[in-house]
Amino acid sequence: MKMQEKNISENNFEQCIKCTVCTVYCPVVPVNPLYPGPKQAGPDGERLRLKKGLFFDNTLKYCLNCKRCEVACPSGVRIADIIQSARIKYTTEPPKLRDMILASTDFMGSVTTKVAPVANFALGLKPTKAVMDAVLKVDKHRTFPKYASKTFESWYKKNVKAFQESFNHHVSFFHGCYVNYNYPQLGKDLISVMNALGYGVHLLEKEKCCGTALISNCMIDQAKKNAVNNLESIRKSVYERQMPVIGTSSSCNFTIRDEYPHLLGIDNSDVRDYIELATRFIYRLVEEKKVKMVFKKDYKAKIAYHTPCHMERLGWGIFSTEILRMIPGVELTVLDSNCCGIAGTYGFKKENYEVSQAIGKPLFDQIARLKPDFVACDCETCKWQIEMSTEKEVKNPISILAEALDLIATSEANK
Amino acid sequence: MRFDTVIIGGGLSGLVCGIRLQKSGKNCAIISAGQSAMHFSSGTFDLLGRMPDGSVVENPLEAIDRLDAGHPYSIIGKEKVARYATEAPDFLAGCGITVKGDAQSNSWRITPTGERKPAWLTLGDFTPLTSKNEKIGTKALIVNILGYLDFNTKFLADSFEKQGTVCRIASIRLEEMERLRKNPSEMRSTNIARVMDRDNIWEKAASQVKEMIKDEDVVVLPAVFGLKNAETVETMRKAIGIKTVFVATMPPSVPGIRTQMTLKAEFERAGGRFFIGDSVIEADFNEDNTVKSVATYNFGDIRVYADDFVLATGSFFSKGLIATPEKIYEPVFGIDLNYEEKRDGWFDRNFWNRQNYISFGAKVSEKLNTYVDGRPVENLYAIGSLLGGSNTLYEGCGGGVAIISALAAADEILHK
Repeated sequence: MKMQEKNISENNFEQCIKCTVCTVYCPVVPVNPLYPGPKQAGPDGERLRLKKGLFFDNTLKYCLNCKRCEVACPSGVRIADIIQSARIKYTTEPPKLRDMILASTDFMGSVTTKVAPVANFALGLKPTKAVMDAVLKVDKHRTFPKYASKTFESWYKKNVKAFQESFNHHVSFFHGCYVNYNYPQLGKDLISVMNALGYGVHLLEKEKCCGTALISNCMIDQAKKNAVNNLESIRKSVYERQMPVIGTSSSCNFTIRDEYPHLLGIDNSDVRDYIELATRFIYRLVEEKKVKMVFKKDYKAKIAYHTPCHMERLGWGIFSTEILRMIPGVELTVLDSNCCGIAGTYGFKKENYEVSQAIGKPLFDQIARLKPDFVACDCETCKWQIEMSTEKEVKNPISILAEALDLIATSEANK
Repeated sequence: MRFDTVIIGGGLSGLVCGIRLQKSGKNCAIISAGQSAMHFSSGTFDLLGRMPDGSVVENPLEAIDRLDAGHPYSIIGKEKVARYATEAPDFLAGCGITVKGDAQSNSWRITPTGERKPAWLTLGDFTPLTSKNEKIGTKALIVNILGYLDFNTKFLADSFEKQGTVCRIASIRLEEMERLRKNPSEMRSTNIARVMDRDNIWEKAASQVKEMIKDEDVVVLPAVFGLKNAETVETMRKAIGIKTVFVATMPPSVPGIRTQMTLKAEFERAGGRFFIGDSVIEADFNEDNTVKSVATYNFGDIRVYADDFVLATGSFFSKGLIATPEKIYEPVFGIDLNYEEKRDGWFDRNFWNRQNYISFGAKVSEKLNTYVDGRPVENLYAIGSLLGGSNTLYEGCGGGVAIISALAAADEILHK
């Protein structure tokens, strides 16, 4: 009897009752027959792998790590974690050069921003795309996100760092690689919004890539190094400077909060509650009446909100949509919960391109039917995928807030 | 975050309650930890198929008088049960779900293994039988999709032949399905349904079936059509041209999942908020023993407040009830339960016998209010299979208890 109670395995593995509900919600299964499906790849396969690692099957790489199986599971089994842990533990194929390039967002970003105009020009050329397609197996249909000529961090230090101390309240910002190297404007929007709400925004002492792409490409040593580094900086922010950490990317947030302990085995329990998305942070401030938001009188937009898979897993879509609903003049539709198909670096790989587009089709079709002015979404890779596959622009809720707020009046209201 | 009513559990009972409240002007949230038992639906809702003494029920409404005082139907009261049971088909139709059936006279459904069991409301996909021994036709053509293992044609043929139906078993082969067959563990009902839905592949299936018909007067097919849209099933019937009987498959259940998705969409369309993949981890109480707020795993320190709370967390499978070697408890609020103290009385060692643990569950007042430490909690209701007092599996009353208690609790909240 005691044995039964203590028999708790990792990722709730033994709670699986083989009900197959996970398979119903897997976006890969209906479009890629090579993938064994979450039940087979996860708990079923794990029974065999626990006996002998040689039962590991390389087709587990087709898992998107979207976590929709976990959201659907009635028994609380962390199916995707079982699959990703098995990949980490048993995979024998070393990461390809292509995967290393795609996953090293930090390294690539820091090199490329220095030569951004040249790099953007070259990456957009058909011959470059053809060579990348043929040699590296990066699909030619993909458009690489543009690199900024100046990183967000350097812009921050030069332009706004000095006056952040002048506010009464303070937060740290985990900007992520996308804001730093590709789209500093989102970081600038966050600073405008938070400053207007009366919060000074600070950078972490040392921020490294969160590791989402490193984990999905099995570059675990690097992912662990980054995780240890990030948590050290986050601890300093939280405990030495009493500043919680906010971000604008659902995947960075999800990885730091949940993948660090579950997949990398790195404990974050002392700071996990202090890391969250900016929309959740702002929602709390508004609910507790600690801040006021004054909106522009003439702002009008028909917005369709897409819930990224990792946002679905976090269960935080409601905070972003509630923030958007607070804006007068916004007509909001929450799109049906479907994966867009990109899954970070997955969709960039030539072998996944068709699967990736097939997964996203219901979402693209719904956007086409709804004809919103633009799409709102908290994930940068979903943004690339939706912008490539539909005619609509995709904006982060924080950027929408920056557009809709009367920043001067809001600043006055929060003094 | 504040709502008028928070419902914990997003299965049949939670959704029916949420839809009724939301459509009546209450602002509701449903918090659901994973998907529900609707994914294993038989395609019918049962009201009462068998009395606790084992006798078969023909008229469920009439039989309610003979149930124990602790049965959810007895607690709600015969008059109300009759009213809600009569109202249920219209309620479901209002959500876009077509059902056939009558609370005063059970019909019969065909199980995946060819058994026949009493049924109350039958989803439009299926053909309810008027008697247990009804012959589905003189000659039946039972058609499977090649490679699909969850539809046992031989079992079905054996059972139909008992009533004198001559059966022929055949299968159709669809090029588009071959891709799925590469991986036998994924040749499952929902994946077949998804392929069938895409580019109207079901039309090909229907025309292949039609060509196979020789002198048969009935076609039997697995219920793997129309995951998103029930109309597909009707259009297939028309395309095949003769009587077509769809039979429920082994789980997952395509009509059940469609019903769940339809109810969820209806709830959201009415303005309700559905939080999937989240769990309520604790609650706090006001001084008058009413529930003040709950905390969820995903919401963390942002608590969820409401005037009323409805517990629709189901039974053991969905962790509405937890059993340890020593006790059985309800994990969110610690509400009082009715169950046998002695563990020996929980189960029968013969798996096929009636299992007592299924009848354990929440102790409630006639308004479906729960109790904590013997004191009633005026704003916390329990509905669905969390309720004690009925052996839903043995008596065949799970669907009825879910729908009727959901409507009853919603009305209690509305008429406060």
